[in-house]
Amino acid sequence: MPAPLIASHNILSPLGFSTDENFSAVRNGKSGLALQASSPTSNTPFCAALINTDKLDMAFQAIGNPNKYTRFEKLLILSISHALKDSEVDIRSGQTGILISTTKGNIDLLDAENYHGFGENRIHLWEAAQQVQAFFENPNVPIVLSNACISGALAVIMASDYIRSGRYNNIVVAGADIISKFVVSGFQSFLALAENPCQPYDKNRNGLNLGEGCGTIVLTNNKKAGLDGELIAVAGGASSNDANHISGPSRTGAGLTLAIGKSLKNAGISAGDVNYLCAHGTATIFNDEMESLAFSTAGLSATPVNSFKGYYGHTLGAAGLIESVLTVKSMTEKLLVKTAGYTDCGVSGKINVITENTQANIHHAMKTASGFGGCNAALIFSKLS
Amino acid sequence: MNNGLCISAHCRIKDNSAALNGETVFTLEEASFTQFIKALYRDQKFEYSKFFKMDNLSKLGFAAAEILLSNADDKIMGEEVGVVLANANASLDTDVKHQESIADAKNYFPSPSVFVYTLPNIVIGEICIKHKFTGENACLISKSFDSDQLFEYTMNLFNNGKVSSCLIGWVDCYLGEYDAALFFITRNNDKKSNFESERLKSIYQNCS
Amino acid sequence: MEELINKLKAEIIEVLNLEDISPEDIEAESPLFGEGGLGLDSIDALELIVLLEKNYEIKIENPQDGKQIFFSIQSMADFITQQKVA
Repeated sequence: MPAPLIASHNILSPLGFSTDENFSAVRNGKSGLALQASSPTSNTPFCAALINTDKLDMAFQAIGNPNKYTRFEKLLILSISHALKDSEVDIRSGQTGILISTTKGNIDLLDAENYHGFGENRIHLWEAAQQVQAFFENPNVPIVLSNACISGALAVIMASDYIRSGRYNNIVVAGADIISKFVVSGFQSFLALAENPCQPYDKNRNGLNLGEGCGTIVLTNNKKAGLDGELIAVAGGASSNDANHISGPSRTGAGLTLAIGKSLKNAGISAGDVNYLCAHGTATIFNDEMESLAFSTAGLSATPVNSFKGYYGHTLGAAGLIESVLTVKSMTEKLLVKTAGYTDCGVSGKINVITENTQANIHHAMKTASGFGGCNAALIFSKLS
Repeated sequence: MNNGLCISAHCRIKDNSAALNGETVFTLEEASFTQFIKALYRDQKFEYSKFFKMDNLSKLGFAAAEILLSNADDKIMGEEVGVVLANANASLDTDVKHQESIADAKNYFPSPSVFVYTLPNIVIGEICIKHKFTGENACLISKSFDSDQLFEYTMNLFNNGKVSSCLIGWVDCYLGEYDAALFFITRNNDKKSNFESERLKSIYQNCS
Repeated sequence: MEELINKLKAEIIEVLNLEDISPEDIEAESPLFGEGGLGLDSIDALELIVLLEKNYEIKIENPQDGKQIFFSIQSMADFITQQKVA
């Protein structure tokens, strides 16, 4: 069975438009979170990681007309085009698939102020995905996954299964979400937003921050198609459902524990083999507590764990992809990145939160995510030795 | 080619009618979706008070799953059951309601119980809660019913040993229009109902 | 007070979509959440915060206060009355 290898990747965020810029910012403890006092997306000031619109349009001009595409589509197109530059993968080939992950896509178009004559179909996720497909002149119908906050992680698992089954030789997986009044007002009504930069797993944590961005991973079965240096494969992954509540995280972490166990089995390794765990860590009281219970039950208490939400906020359908790229980059840079916002442990499950940047050899890394609808996902990246 | 998997049951809800394996179980003429789905709930004796808190998409998917699984084997292990759904309109039916609640600054009251349904995978969560399914989840969006996409993804789940049975299909609703077509896929060497993309497609097209 | 209690019962049934429950089924003193009461959940609690703001112009700044305020219809009515006086 062909192994799904990572050919190249990109992160587009307030911390930069390339993976290197992003990783360098994170390594230096720089956060994209800031108080947004005059954003049209909220009636009141809020803390979030937002991409500068002028900067985005300026960068987009190098590859296309920024007025022809929505903000969401621009994130996807720009991130994918950056990722493709670093690989030999031919996006125009029938053997290359496109998989888009998002929670809300072009939802800002529901607001008359943002409509700008894009046409009534553009609100549909399949239509937005077709815009991306047409831009790159790819011959396949794009696959669209919208599975709440596990969308990005699940998209990588799904794409790797398409490579394994031989359906595609290459697959471009991109996840994006923008911050809109729609999303901000909803999270406000859930009283889920923290006033200040979030504090994953900390005893003073009191909610999440929202962020926007896009992450892209190009997967291939061709060892020679990608970045120079060590080859990293998606070794396995699985999803699960809590079957407990549609918005409240499970009180026991049983669902996430199940996804972790299945992903280990799928990758053919055990919990003790995992050198690094890139968790969801939204910094809400119940999510982080649930994760800590799942990690300790799954045998990951000693595994160094971090959350990147203190750098990016919660980027929803992009989070799983952005954080997967950061995981892969941590593996190649041999660096465990500290959890921004964390000082004192405030969860009851025993976990080993990374508090200082630390050099480490990472052979196997795990990425997890959990979301509304009770869904959980876990996936494993492994270095090919 | 027999792949050892079969479509053990299928359910269709559309045009004010619900059918199990091609046989009508309930119809109500000249009714809105709201009237129809409530009448279906009463007629089929679902007895699940949380049903009335659901949005239209979840009510539709929940009802279709209830009918689909009414004769299912009691011994199925929830851990090994996957739920893979697709639709065209994601959660737009409820998205529009949330947008209305925030459009006017003078009457700005976003509702948490509306917002929670502004994700197309919540219906999967509702089905999983009712039936204690804790296996794989995926919610796909496509322009129209795409049997190849559903088939390929489901086959990957079976081939990787991630599921031993799978509830798959289409659950779509927007602006009063609705259509649900669910299939329960199990391991079984039944040639007449072998799990194939073409068979999904023909059941979808013929049971309308 | 009784008028307010009856009004609250009707409002709660409406906003929380308690289809099979009538105002007479709800005891003013019995707990709204958990076993033995109406069995409301965390989303319902958030919705009750919106209800107070929308219909009574009372803003609950600290969601932790909700536990006490939303214990029963009676405690909600007491809280509203108290806020109106203050």
